[in-house]
Amino acid sequence: MTSISIGYVPLLDAAPLIIAQEMGFAREEGLDLILKAAPSWSSVRDMLNFGAVDAAHMLAPLPIASALDLGAGTAPFCAVSVLSMNGTVIGVSNAIAEKLQAGGHDFGFEDASAAGTALIAATPVPLRIGVPFPFSMHAELLIYWLSALGLPAPQNVDIRTVPPSSMADALAADEIDAFCVGEPWGSLVVEQEVGHLLLPCSAIWQSFPEKVLAMRTGWAEENPVLCGKLIRSLVKAAAWLAKPTSPTLTAEMLSRPDYLNLSWDILERALTGHLVISPRGERRNIPDFLAFHRGAATFPWRSQAEWIGLQLARRTGLDRVQSMKAASKVFRPDIYRAALDGSGMDVPGASSRVEGALSHPTAVASAFGQITLTADRFFDGRVFDPSTPE
Amino acid sequence: MENALSIVIVEQDTERAEQIVDALASAGLGTIEVLTQRGTLAARIKAINPDVVLIDVSDPSRDTLEELTLAADPMTRPVAMFVDHDDAGLARSAIEAGVSAYVVDGLSAKRLRPILDAAITRFNMFGRLRKELEQSKRALEERKVIDRAKGILMKARGVDEEEAYALLRRTAMDQGRKVADVAQGLVTAAGLLS
Repeated sequence: MTSISIGYVPLLDAAPLIIAQEMGFAREEGLDLILKAAPSWSSVRDMLNFGAVDAAHMLAPLPIASALDLGAGTAPFCAVSVLSMNGTVIGVSNAIAEKLQAGGHDFGFEDASAAGTALIAATPVPLRIGVPFPFSMHAELLIYWLSALGLPAPQNVDIRTVPPSSMADALAADEIDAFCVGEPWGSLVVEQEVGHLLLPCSAIWQSFPEKVLAMRTGWAEENPVLCGKLIRSLVKAAAWLAKPTSPTLTAEMLSRPDYLNLSWDILERALTGHLVISPRGERRNIPDFLAFHRGAATFPWRSQAEWIGLQLARRTGLDRVQSMKAASKVFRPDIYRAALDGSGMDVPGASSRVEGALSHPTAVASAFGQITLTADRFFDGRVFDPSTPE
Repeated sequence: MENALSIVIVEQDTERAEQIVDALASAGLGTIEVLTQRGTLAARIKAINPDVVLIDVSDPSRDTLEELTLAADPMTRPVAMFVDHDDAGLARSAIEAGVSAYVVDGLSAKRLRPILDAAITRFNMFGRLRKELEQSKRALEERKVIDRAKGILMKARGVDEEEAYALLRRTAMDQGRKVADVAQGLVTAAGLLS
């Protein structure tokens, strides 16, 4: 049995790590996962950077930002698999929710254009939005969404970093108008009756990589066997998580004090896609709200990394072509492929794709010909082709 | 003091903050301000515009400080980074002790080191104190539970204190458990039955 230490932030989408350890998928590979909870993303990054952990649960854009020299860091990171797809929500303060309702918005939870237009109309400029970390899909998707609707950042949108645990306080203190956060924090804002949920981020981009398994690139390349074992146990855990019977047990396990220390019924909402969106108890049902395995969810597409690299370059003024190139090297489909080779688990034939091109689930070429990708449209209908990005 | 640095400490535990302030003050390391409130952290740091920000690693607001590393305008935002890139050893020992530092760009590791050293020493010392406190609290809790369990046994079986304790110990040994755990089980069961 080999011990491997992994840093994570106690969030619902850390489930593959917790399940791999608790349900024995790691043990089957001869691994004992030492899971180390961290209070912030900068802590996770530093733990990985300075070798306090071997691998980490990380916001998909974080290792790419490091590669672009944004924020602190010394060791180059790579993302060897995607841990979760989607799973985040946008919400607003009670005051803004009232204005939206008065303006006739139905909180339909599906139409990102309608929700965004209503939000822009209901709030003063600049719109103040809290996100957990500057380099996150939360920030990227908000900027993409609001810019497309005519409210470009940073002139008109003030994106502020607020720890998820302080999001409800920041809303209540009128420091922010809206927020974008991963579960269970959105549900907790509703539970504390300080805000309403407005939109799942999957309404902006139907299938986006949310968290990745990151490693120091040097470590991943020097430890291919160990790295392979870890990836396989996590992909197996993801497949288990996707079973219809798993949410109940998963919510139960993650609710323990060692992990998320929250009541299971709040965790189960996001796992089943049945969210409570207002303090009055209104509910919405979102298929694929948080996906771990469907549609090759765990595969680290180079095109996803390039999309993130381009967005980061746009908002920080870096060279776009250079940034996409640097980003592309961070996601490692080659390492992922090597890990799954001979395991009986299927992998896509390509390592890059046109993002946003699928309007419905589509079967694609794969090693065993069994992979169906989920729909991945952007709300504005645009596509991202890494070979002709602009 | 010509070389005095302006230092901000973000720490919700006022006792720990005081210890760090004392350590830095006795080393004559500059003007020190303590922030204990999480809200508006970024705005207040911008207003103070310090040379160094020290923050507890276990504080989730650390991510708010990361925002300052995205220096759009160095005049309004101190260009901050996690300690000095060239001194990984210093950064690592700081992280292990539970403190991280954000310094204005250009402040050399040499000038930062005494500040971090003082903070690290205090963090370690405080960590030990807290562990001791936890341990003794737990010991007290366990003793209380054992006393209650003894009381329950004395009443239910009509035995004296010594015999009640012997019974608890025997059970614990037979089951390979701690006396405190057996006592807790008994107290819980008694609570359910009463």
